[in-house]
Amino acid sequence: MVPLVRAERDFRFDQPWVRLGRVLKFWLGQWKQPRYRFAGTLHIFIFTGFLVLAIRAFSVLIVGVSENFVMPGLSGRAGLIYDVITDYAATIVFLCMAIAVIRRLVFKPTRYAVPARYGKDHTADAVFLLSLIAILMMADSLFAAARAAAQSQGGQSVGVLAAFSLPWILRNALVSLPLPALGRLYFGAYLVHEVTFYFLLCYRPFGIQFHVETSLFNIYFAKLDREILKPVRWGVSEEHLDQVKSFGVKTFEDFTWKHMLDFYSCADCGRCSDNCPANAVGRPLSPRFISIKARDYSFQHYPILGHATNGTALVGGKDTSSIYSEDEIWSCTTCGACEQECPLLVEYIDKIVDLRRGMVDDGNVPQSLQKPLKALESRGNPYGKMEKKKADWTAGKEFQQACPVRTLGENSGADTLYFVDSITSYDDRMQAIGRATAKILSHVGESFGILGAAERDSGHEVRRFGEETLFMALRDHNVDAIKASGVRRIVTADPHAYNALKHDYKDVPPVEHISQLIFREVKAGKIKFKPVENDNSTYTYHDPCYLGRHNQIYDDPRDVLDAIPGLKRVEMSRARDRSFCCGGGGLMLFYEPKEEQRMGVKRVQMAAEAGANVIVTACPFCMVNLEDAIKVAGLEGKMTAIDLAELVDQHIVRDGLVAAVC
Amino acid sequence: MARIFAYIVHKGGVVDDSAVELAAAARKIDAAASPTAILTGWGADLDAACNALSASYAEVWKLANEALAYPNAELVRKALVKVLPSGSIVLLPHQHFGMDLAPGLSIKMKSTFVSDVVDIAGVEGADLKVVRQEFGGQVSAHVRCDLSSGAVVTVRPGAFKSLEGAVVSGVGGVIDKSSDIGALTAGRRYLETVTAEAGDVDITRYNVLVSIGRGIQEKENVAIAQELADALGAAVSCSRPVVDAKWMEKSRQVGSSGKTVKPKVYLACGISGSFQHLAGIKGSPFLIAINKNPKAPIFQVADVGIVDDLLEFLPELSNRVREMRTVTAK
Amino acid sequence: MEILVCVRRVPDTSENEIQLNSAGNDIERDELVYSINEPDNYAVEEALQIVARVGGNVTVATVGSEDDEEVLRREMAMGANHGVMISDEAFSGSDGRGIATILKGFVEKGHYDLILTGVQAEDGGAQVGGMLAALLDYPFASLVNSIEVLDGGKLTISREIEGGNREMNEIDLPCVLSIQTGINEPRYVGMRGIRQVASIPIPTFGASALGLDPGTVGRVAVRVKRVDYFVAALGKGAEILHGSREENIDKVLELVAAKGGLK
Repeated sequence: MVPLVRAERDFRFDQPWVRLGRVLKFWLGQWKQPRYRFAGTLHIFIFTGFLVLAIRAFSVLIVGVSENFVMPGLSGRAGLIYDVITDYAATIVFLCMAIAVIRRLVFKPTRYAVPARYGKDHTADAVFLLSLIAILMMADSLFAAARAAAQSQGGQSVGVLAAFSLPWILRNALVSLPLPALGRLYFGAYLVHEVTFYFLLCYRPFGIQFHVETSLFNIYFAKLDREILKPVRWGVSEEHLDQVKSFGVKTFEDFTWKHMLDFYSCADCGRCSDNCPANAVGRPLSPRFISIKARDYSFQHYPILGHATNGTALVGGKDTSSIYSEDEIWSCTTCGACEQECPLLVEYIDKIVDLRRGMVDDGNVPQSLQKPLKALESRGNPYGKMEKKKADWTAGKEFQQACPVRTLGENSGADTLYFVDSITSYDDRMQAIGRATAKILSHVGESFGILGAAERDSGHEVRRFGEETLFMALRDHNVDAIKASGVRRIVTADPHAYNALKHDYKDVPPVEHISQLIFREVKAGKIKFKPVENDNSTYTYHDPCYLGRHNQIYDDPRDVLDAIPGLKRVEMSRARDRSFCCGGGGLMLFYEPKEEQRMGVKRVQMAAEAGANVIVTACPFCMVNLEDAIKVAGLEGKMTAIDLAELVDQHIVRDGLVAAVC
Repeated sequence: MARIFAYIVHKGGVVDDSAVELAAAARKIDAAASPTAILTGWGADLDAACNALSASYAEVWKLANEALAYPNAELVRKALVKVLPSGSIVLLPHQHFGMDLAPGLSIKMKSTFVSDVVDIAGVEGADLKVVRQEFGGQVSAHVRCDLSSGAVVTVRPGAFKSLEGAVVSGVGGVIDKSSDIGALTAGRRYLETVTAEAGDVDITRYNVLVSIGRGIQEKENVAIAQELADALGAAVSCSRPVVDAKWMEKSRQVGSSGKTVKPKVYLACGISGSFQHLAGIKGSPFLIAINKNPKAPIFQVADVGIVDDLLEFLPELSNRVREMRTVTAK
Repeated sequence: MEILVCVRRVPDTSENEIQLNSAGNDIERDELVYSINEPDNYAVEEALQIVARVGGNVTVATVGSEDDEEVLRREMAMGANHGVMISDEAFSGSDGRGIATILKGFVEKGHYDLILTGVQAEDGGAQVGGMLAALLDYPFASLVNSIEVLDGGKLTISREIEGGNREMNEIDLPCVLSIQTGINEPRYVGMRGIRQVASIPIPTFGASALGLDPGTVGRVAVRVKRVDYFVAALGKGAEILHGSREENIDKVLELVAAKGGLK
């Protein structure tokens, strides 16, 4: 508890009804558990069993003091039913424990494995705990069975034991035993039960089962608006940030109390890392161990006996107490797969960003990232290209004739701003996405324009890489330019820009991703498609993290694809909220962590496995990574990647007469 | 016109390529000049180097001193100041030793200093007009330097081609000036040379090099160059940014801070062509440059240039080479 | 150890496309972005690392004008203890020797054990460090890529020489070293860091404060002067192949074979 008091502030006391609702859904309802069918079902049984038994455990405790104690409300018929339920509950929990132990010892799901670099295996610990719980169940049942056996021998009214439950089986086995032995057994079982119970209570905080106690609170206090990044410091306004001495998390105590609670609550189930693309390609990052290592640090540095030793650096190899490596913290693409999966709603992105903020504040930034960051500061884009070339993608003669793109000045009178962002403006390949987007906008009769030289990078990755001050400067510049242009709404084809404009910026007109606009116009009949050009192709849609998981736009792009006549579409095994990150956008393109394989390569292989030969995505960064990956995976000529906007542009029926044919 | 001296870098009795280049530069300053070579060193190595110069220099000044056995710039400077007439023009190669020696020498000679000269535009009155490159070779500049009290000029290696058939006039041969030096001490003492790790491939031994620069874009693409090299029986070398990015080993780097190579054919792929890189290419190989940017400086020095995306060009080239090989095999 | 690092603000070539102005006598400076000369930044980082090991102070100085203050701020944000602006109307137009003379005047006003410069500037010629050392009669080493502090006022340094080899030297303090890039990994400085040192005063030294004879610096003392800028003729040597990719590939193969590259 001590570190929680020393922790940074965090605002988690708002909207109690919403929070209670989430407790019902994620705690009582075990909402995320079935995402892993077998383990999740097992957990739901155990959880339910525990809830039932919690009351029984409490009453058994009191029976030790007063033998005839009966829980209020549980006398008579209700009590009888409750007894039956608990008998079954204990039985089910016991069986689940047995299955769990077998699973851990015999089947050993890889998700639980501990790579050597993260320390010792946790199996012994887990099996020990599972066995303790099994013993508890056994003792509990034995206690009930012995009492029932004694009662039946003594001719007293016999309490009902649920047929085929553990106590029932035990009673049938015990019924012939002499009375004194039963008495000793009764007492012994009681002792074992209590000793195990208290041992568990005391032991738990040091093991992986602390979540039994903390989960309720962790879910109640869990972040409500996950798409919004945590501020540098809760309770400090942006204007006062300059007075904050240190940014981000540098020592354990810089974490907020809720983030510490996350560490204590982690159940070590490994679902986060099982879905983490960085972990999957062998980068030195496993979200599970972000939590486990921090928890170990906390127990080590805040011992129950002895003095707390605190304030040591968490990241970097110099300090022996540092638990994270720099590469580990830079390896995260902020794709959000871990948070999507965690049954306990543990937060990771905020922690990673906070740790990065701490590193940036200390000047501890990989050399390969310093150049783009400096270029963003001086030129407003990570490539160091000149501002005046920002609109060069519109300059081609043919394109200009087909689709003139205005550069919006002050009070431009245009309705819509197309926010292009750096990569689409400057990257030769991605400029094609820009042109396709502009052509779609002009086809649907949108009065639109771009900011041109006045547009700076959205700063989306700048912020997620921990450079808050630079982000604020980029954002402020863009907000001013957007406001000055007088537009009423914003459209972008870049999910990263979309996410920034929607969640990181304030006071800007509403923003839409081009896939949403296309879907709307398809429904409205303004966009009509001709039949798919190459009907031998099988398409699959790759969800960009910042469109899908972070903004729940899963269906619009799919519906648009399905609206193209004759387009054959399949789903990859990992799709929608389990989509697999392409390798990350923005500054991630400038940072190469050590890895065994590229995320993009894994992703295109998934597409190949699904039987697709065209990957459609809706993000320029996905495009960079996927196109590269197709080459690296040796799938050139067999697989292509295309942006949704490009595909739509190719299939739009521009002549109203042809539309009738389709 | 002031007397022109060329400081000759030599090692193990062998004279550096810059010796002939400095002679060429001297004649561009003054066509009638007969520059004097000046060498420092000790023992048989020094004598061998002095004798090797007779083809390009009429007069060679020898400064022998045990303390100069290893060229310590501070000691060399002190020795030169003792023997060089004031008002001389001294030429040095613009490499690690020249950079160490030249600026301080100009101060002690009370003469003008101009560095990293790529061309001589001529003498105008009391001024020497030279050409220098700035901003990574993106632009060149004419620079005037006052010759009235002499000058120290460092010359970019490889910028001046040796003048074939130039007549070495004048007489003198090797003149020993060692006795003029006197005792030498310095605040800096040479300890040892730590050689770079040899690496798995010795790029100096190959006739053909497929050399990659920043244009390769990322580590994975190195394989594209390797494929071509395999097909050609060549090795992959690279420029400094590739090593800085840790895409290749230091042992593969061509340039002033890397290896010096003398292949027959040099394929510069996505290399902009900084002089530090070009300084590592000796023996005038046939230089083919492939670069997306038509303005890349490499095209100024290449024999043949192709403006194309190397990530697409190289794989196709590899395929053609392999096709050819199978045809020949049949 | 008291360390002085001499820095310069230069147009950042990695973020600029250098072009000539319409008159052809200068580069187009309107849209350039400036930053610290890259090797100078490595020199400051090295100074900070030395001080972290053996104690002392790092002073960063530049000869320039108001515009150049931003690079001092950046290096102060990195951790330099002091920033010093050396500025005077009389200094403008100085050549390398002039800058070295001005710096000599500044060095003699203080007590520095070690003076660092970057190996060379984007528009310079690797000259100031060596000249300053000679003017001060200090030992000098160029292209330094490692520094180790020894007892007794000495350093062990290595220089980057040909073939990636390293020349090891012992050098007496005080001395001047010109630092090669890659000697370390400079720490990152963001806008926040610069803002935090924005209010620290930066003292300015002029010609009289340094006791300099105005006749030895600035335009009047210039011996080396840039006359103009020009772009060297493109493709002077290279014959650019304009064929299709297939044609170009065939041509390349033919040439490689002709030059003895295909065996």
